[in-house]
Amino acid sequence: MKKIRVGLGSCGIAAGGLKVWEFLQAEQANLAPGVEIQKTGCIGMCHHEPLLDILEDDERVYTYGGVTPEKAQEIIDWHLSGQGSLEKYLVSSSQQPNDYIKPQLRIVLRNCGVIDPESLDDYRRQGGYKALAKALKSMSPDEVLAEIKISGLRGRGGAGFPTWFKWNSTRMEESQPKYVVCNADEGDPGAFMDRSVLESDPHSVLEGMIIAGYVIGAANGIIYCRAEYPLAIKNLQTAIAAARENALLGENIMDTGFSFDIRIKQGAGAFVCGEETALIASLEGERGMPRLKPPFPSQRGYWGQPTSINNVETFANVAWILEHGGSAFAAIGTEASKGTKVFALAGKIKKGGLVEVPMGMSLKEIIFTIGGGIKDDHEFKAVQMGGPSGGCIPGHLLDTPVDYQSITSTGAFMGSGGMIVLDETACMVDMARYFLDFTQKESCGKCVQCRIGSKRLLEILESICAGEGKAGDIELLEEMALQVQSASLCGLGQGAPNPILTTLRYFRDEYEAHINDKNCPAKHCKHLITYTIDAERCKGCGICVRKCPVNCITGAKKEVHHIDQEKCIKCGTCLDVCPGKFAAVLVN
Amino acid sequence: MNCCCQNKKTETNQGTHTDIDLRLMDEVINHHRGEKGSLITVLQKVQDIYGYLPMPVLKEISLKMGLKPAQVYGTATFYTQFRLKPVGKYLILLCQGTACHVNGSERIETALAEELKIKPGETTDDGLFTLDSAACLGCCSLAPVMMINGQAYGPLNSEKATRIIRDIYAAEHLKAGEKI
Repeated sequence: MKKIRVGLGSCGIAAGGLKVWEFLQAEQANLAPGVEIQKTGCIGMCHHEPLLDILEDDERVYTYGGVTPEKAQEIIDWHLSGQGSLEKYLVSSSQQPNDYIKPQLRIVLRNCGVIDPESLDDYRRQGGYKALAKALKSMSPDEVLAEIKISGLRGRGGAGFPTWFKWNSTRMEESQPKYVVCNADEGDPGAFMDRSVLESDPHSVLEGMIIAGYVIGAANGIIYCRAEYPLAIKNLQTAIAAARENALLGENIMDTGFSFDIRIKQGAGAFVCGEETALIASLEGERGMPRLKPPFPSQRGYWGQPTSINNVETFANVAWILEHGGSAFAAIGTEASKGTKVFALAGKIKKGGLVEVPMGMSLKEIIFTIGGGIKDDHEFKAVQMGGPSGGCIPGHLLDTPVDYQSITSTGAFMGSGGMIVLDETACMVDMARYFLDFTQKESCGKCVQCRIGSKRLLEILESICAGEGKAGDIELLEEMALQVQSASLCGLGQGAPNPILTTLRYFRDEYEAHINDKNCPAKHCKHLITYTIDAERCKGCGICVRKCPVNCITGAKKEVHHIDQEKCIKCGTCLDVCPGKFAAVLVN
Repeated sequence: MNCCCQNKKTETNQGTHTDIDLRLMDEVINHHRGEKGSLITVLQKVQDIYGYLPMPVLKEISLKMGLKPAQVYGTATFYTQFRLKPVGKYLILLCQGTACHVNGSERIETALAEELKIKPGETTDDGLFTLDSAACLGCCSLAPVMMINGQAYGPLNSEKATRIIRDIYAAEHLKAGEKI
C-alpha cells in the first residue's frame, strides 16, 4: 500500500470525514506503518461521503464510501492482508470506475479529489504550472490569446461570453494599471462547483489568473470570494503563500521578468455581487449595486481601470488548454459550446454531487445514468437549471443536450451549473414563488422595476399558493414579468421572471388548479393541504401524539389518533415520525 | 431599525451599548485608515471583535475613517453578513438553498420556530439560540441541512431538527446546573 487519502472538502467534513482523518492520524503507526496519509478535496461523489481512497503500489486506486473510523480500520487491514479490495464498502476503482465517474470527462476537476490542495508539490506532480512556464517562456501574449480563441472557451459563470474576447478588449486598453478579477462569488442556491474547485485545486485557478494577467498586461489579480466559503479561502491563502515562495507569484515570475500578484477579497453576502459591475462596486467597499454598461469593465472597471472578470471554472480551464492546445479543447463538445461543463447535481436525485461532462451530453444521461435517477424511485417532473434566473425544464425535453443554445431555447439558462432535480412532490407554483422570494430579497433596489416589480410578482405568487389566487392573475404575472425583464439594468432583474415564465410555459395547469380549484396537485402548498390520520392504518402507537410540537393530535394508546385541524400548523412532523410500516398519515 | 443620525435615541433604547469598548477596534481602524475601498474589510474585522455591529461602533468607524455615516450604515445594512443586533450563543443557520427547499426545509423552519417560540431572524429570550437562514450552505447532497455554530447537520426532518435543539438545550442546562 502506497497511500491513504481522505476526502476533506466541505461536504466530506459535513458528512464526518474529519473523524476518519483524526483517527488515521492518531493510529497511523499501528494501522499502516510507513504508509502516507493524505488529505484531498472533493471527488464529486457527495452521496458517498465520507470517502477514503487506498492507493496500492501498482498505482491502482480503490475508493470507499460512507467510511467511519471503524470501517477505515477494516478496509486498511483487508488491503494490508493482501486480499485485494473490500467489496462491501467499495464504490469505485481506477480499473472499474462506477457509473457516476465513467461517463465524466474531467478537465476542470482533473485534480479534485486526487491531490492534496495544500501541497504545491502535489499540483506540480500533476503537471501544474507547466502551462504557465510554457506561456511565459515560449509564447507571446498574442500567441496565448490565439490559443484561447481556438479553444472556443466561453465564460462559465452563466452568460457564456467568449473568454478570448474579454481578455482581448482588456488587452487593447492602454491605461495602466489593469486588473484580473476572479469571480468566486458563487451565489446561486444549489450550486457549489466553484467552491469545490477552490477547495480542492486552488493552484489551477491561480495559474489561470497569472496567464490571464500575462495576456492582458496586468500586474494585479483579485479573487472575490464569498465569506461563506471559509475552507476555500483558507486553501487559497495557503496556495498564494506557496506560490509566492516559489517565484510563481510576485516580482519576476520564473525569472521571466513578468510580475503578477494575487490577493483575496471576501464578499459579505449579496447575491447581486455576482454581477460584474456590482462586484466591482463591492470591491471598492461600496454597496454592491450594478452600474450601467457600457463602459464595460474591460474598459473601465475596478477604480475606473481596465479589468477582466472571469469565473473560477473559466480560469481552471486555462492551464489545461495551454498544455494540450486550443484545438484539443475545441474537439470536445458541440459546434458552438466547446469543452466541458461542471454541474452540481442535487435535489431529488439518487446520486447527488459534482459532475463534469462534455458539452452536448443530454440531460437524461446526466440525471439518469450518472445521477442514477430519482430518489426513492419517484417520478421525474422537471430539472431546474440556471439558479434564480433560470427555469424548469420538463420531462419531454429530457433529450435536450447541455450546451448554451439548447438550454436557452427551453427558456431556462445554462447559468453557473446548478442542476436541481424535481419529482412529482414539487409544486411548480411554489418553485416560482421560492425563486421570486430569493430575487426579491436580493434585489439591490436600484431599478424600480426590479425592486417593486419582483415584490409584486412575489405577492401574486404567494396569494396563489395560499389559495387566494383569482382570475386574471396569470395574465398579470405574464405582463409584469415582461416589464421587469425589459427595464432592469442587470442580470438579476432581467432573469428574475424566468422561473415564472418557464413554469407557466410548461406547467400552466398547476397554476390553474391553484387558482380555479384551490388545489395543489403536488400536495405541497400548506394552505391547500390537510394532514389526516387513516383510521384503518393507524395502530395507535402514540409516537405522533408525543412528537407533535403543538399537541394537536389526540388519542389513547392503541386507539386511532386524530388531528385537530384548527390547531395543526402543518409542519409535517407526524408524517415524518409515523413508522413506515403503518404510513397512516395522509396528505390531502 | 433606527438610522444612525438618531443614535442618541438608539443608545438609550439599548442599554448594552454603554458597555462597548470602542478602543478594541483601534488596531483595525489604524491599519486600514486611508486605504481606498477598505470599508467592507473593516466592517468584517470589527464584527469579528464585537460579534455584531453596534450603532456606536458604526458611528466611530465613520468618524475615524472619514466616511459619511450614511455610507457606513448603508453598506452595513446592504450585506447579509453584517448584523446590527447581537446573536445568541448558538446561531442556527437554516439552509434555504434549492435542494433543501425541495427536500422540505420549510417544514423544518416551521418546526424550529415553534420549538424555540421565535420567528426566523430572532433570538430566544435566554440568549441561547438565534434562528436565521443562509442562502445556500453548499451541502446540497445532505439536504435539508442546518448549520449550528459552523457544524452542519443533515439530512434533517422536523423531528430530527427539534431533537438536536432539545439536546443542546438540555446540555446547556445540565452545565449550568453543575456549576451551581
